[in-house]
Amino acid sequence: MASKKWVAMLLAGGQGSRLGELTSGLAKPAVPFGGKYRIIDFPLSNCTHSGIDTVGVLTQYQPHLLNDYVGNGKVWDLDSDFGGVSVLPPYKGKDGGEWYKGTANAVYQNIQYIDRYNPENVLIISGDHIYKMDYSQMLAYHIEKRSQATIAVIQVPWQEASRFGIMNTNDNQKITEFDEKPEYPKSNLASMGVYLFNWKTLRSYLIEDERDLTSDHDFGKNIIPNMLEDRKHLYAYHFEGYWKDVGTVESLWEAHMDLLEVNPQFQLDDPDWKVFARNANHPPHYIGEEAVIKQSLTNEGCMIYGTVEHSVLSYNVQVGYNTTIKDSVIMPNVHIGDNVHIERAIIDSNCVIEDGAVIGNSNPSAKITLIGEGQTITSTNQKKITNI
Amino acid sequence: MGNVLGLINLINEKQYLKELTTHRNIASVPFGGRYRLIDFTMSNFINADISLVAVFPKERYLSLMDHLGSGKEWNLDRRSGGLFILPPIQPHESSMGDMKQFHNHLSFFERVNADTVIISPGNHVCKMDYNEILAFHRENQADITVVYKDFYDGAVEKLIYHQCIVNEDGNVTDINLFNVPQAGDHISLETYVISKSLFIDLIKKCAANEEYNFLKDAVKANLHCLNVKGYHFTGDLPFIHSIESFHASNMKFLNPQTLKSFFSEEWSVFTKIKHEPPAKYGQSSNVKNSLVANGCDIEGTVENSILFRGVKVKKGAIVKNSIIMQKGEIEEGAIVENVIADKEVRITKAKKAVGENEPLVIKKAEVI
Repeated sequence: MASKKWVAMLLAGGQGSRLGELTSGLAKPAVPFGGKYRIIDFPLSNCTHSGIDTVGVLTQYQPHLLNDYVGNGKVWDLDSDFGGVSVLPPYKGKDGGEWYKGTANAVYQNIQYIDRYNPENVLIISGDHIYKMDYSQMLAYHIEKRSQATIAVIQVPWQEASRFGIMNTNDNQKITEFDEKPEYPKSNLASMGVYLFNWKTLRSYLIEDERDLTSDHDFGKNIIPNMLEDRKHLYAYHFEGYWKDVGTVESLWEAHMDLLEVNPQFQLDDPDWKVFARNANHPPHYIGEEAVIKQSLTNEGCMIYGTVEHSVLSYNVQVGYNTTIKDSVIMPNVHIGDNVHIERAIIDSNCVIEDGAVIGNSNPSAKITLIGEGQTITSTNQKKITNI
Repeated sequence: MGNVLGLINLINEKQYLKELTTHRNIASVPFGGRYRLIDFTMSNFINADISLVAVFPKERYLSLMDHLGSGKEWNLDRRSGGLFILPPIQPHESSMGDMKQFHNHLSFFERVNADTVIISPGNHVCKMDYNEILAFHRENQADITVVYKDFYDGAVEKLIYHQCIVNEDGNVTDINLFNVPQAGDHISLETYVISKSLFIDLIKKCAANEEYNFLKDAVKANLHCLNVKGYHFTGDLPFIHSIESFHASNMKFLNPQTLKSFFSEEWSVFTKIKHEPPAKYGQSSNVKNSLVANGCDIEGTVENSILFRGVKVKKGAIVKNSIIMQKGEIEEGAIVENVIADKEVRITKAKKAVGENEPLVIKKAEVI
């Protein structure tokens, strides 16, 4: 039987309810990011750069757009006859079938898919993080340590540690404890949601977990603690670099603002690590006679006549005369009229912001204003800016 | 409606764009911040649902091959139809004429599943609706349809245009080869519709007579015995025949109306994808009336200019009335005015590059 060194399973199923209106019509990994990308482009490009040629994308909420977007995978060089990228929604077989009950159950339900490639190892990644990571280095580490499961970890600020799965390790990086969202974390080494398992080992744990009716069928809550209990060899793999969970409106906005630093920690313009994305095919953007653009990212198809400061404009955004956009993220195909003021806001795709509208709040402690997809904002139903 | 073969004929190209055509043919000269000239013809075919395209290059076609690749960006990587690149078989024969090269590839025409051929050169920046021209061709039961456009441009230095004489019935009665076009003249766009069988016929007949020029030996020589119709193209199409006209026709795209008319939701212009990140504007950037492609990084001043993908304009640098092609770098304090900089040109710190009477062309990868 043909076999693969490894395959990746990308957990793209999250409903993303914390992203509010951004995910009302699409799965979280399909949310636009960085002006021309979608969140899923980052893990998929990581796979390509790491030499992974087989990726299963596990999804169940609003799969259409994601399915369409991933297509046959040719954008990421993942169009291949044996392997490539496959979108895997839940399905019914002769023994029935059901909704994915948890991250582990989602992989359990696709054991047949993985078995087909007979891989030595399986990489589990998630579709809602922004980072650039060479998984092949993690694989080398995993092999060197003779690890049965390797978990990528990153140091997070202590005050945030209780939001994450926290790893406690010995001097040899062997994991001794795994606390899922602990109230009193013993370390600040957070799981990045990137797991590398020996497939035979994982396979048996998934089957066992499925039989456990009390289980949440979750990697962090069940599979990894069970493996630790059985004294399996689990190792932490330290990642240094930018990594951001963009699961909330605030963190999505922050991740965009991070891109606008003078020397950003996370660079989109690294020629050795291009992030691949479906091309929306627009001409270069046009900057008008009176336009002012400072400290911003702009994409193809934009027509800009106003002022854009410290903001990210996605492709095909129109910005009218005497309009000011500050500290904001404008998603694709948004039309913004004249005399508009937008500050500290995310405007989702296909919105129309009519002349004279005012959106946002300049107070740095206020919440980021989110305008959901396809809305029309007139100057009368404006979301007022305060503290100007 | 039958199957149509789109034929892009680059055999008659003259390399009149100076340094821009030293290492590449005209069809692959970069244009409009993101495109190559051939993208417009390729996209016209795709927009007309013509999915069988053959390109006949003559020389210097490495960059063209690289650009077109498997044709996937134009959706031409397919099992049936798709993209064919048919270069000269005998290099010394390529100068004999287009019909010679067509004859050398006769088996391609015989084998290919098409009944009609649309021939177009690879250097027209225009939106041309080939379905409309096909309908005109069929309605008139023409043997050959010749597409022409009225000339209202400036002086032409090189004799590269042919004038069509078209009578009231729309019949082409004469063709003046290589003339000096006057205002109002009907200039042949070297774009034709012809049935495949007649085309093959003419290729064979010409070969037998050792005649190898399609326009002269197949069209003009047969005006008296074939039904040759003129199709009057009235859309936008800048005549590009010199560095000045190349510069000016690029600059036309700084008009938002022109931009919108060329690139709309209904009409896509496709090109090779480079996966460039968004363009980055720094705190000190000052950009007016310009077209900027993705991957650019701008900290300086840019006015009335076109920046291709991945151009860097450093702090204090000034770029005016210029075209900077892919990966150009304008360093601190440099001044660039009225320039066409080919790919990967670098203007170093505080240096000046200014075109006086005509645009200054800086050749590929040159460092100033």
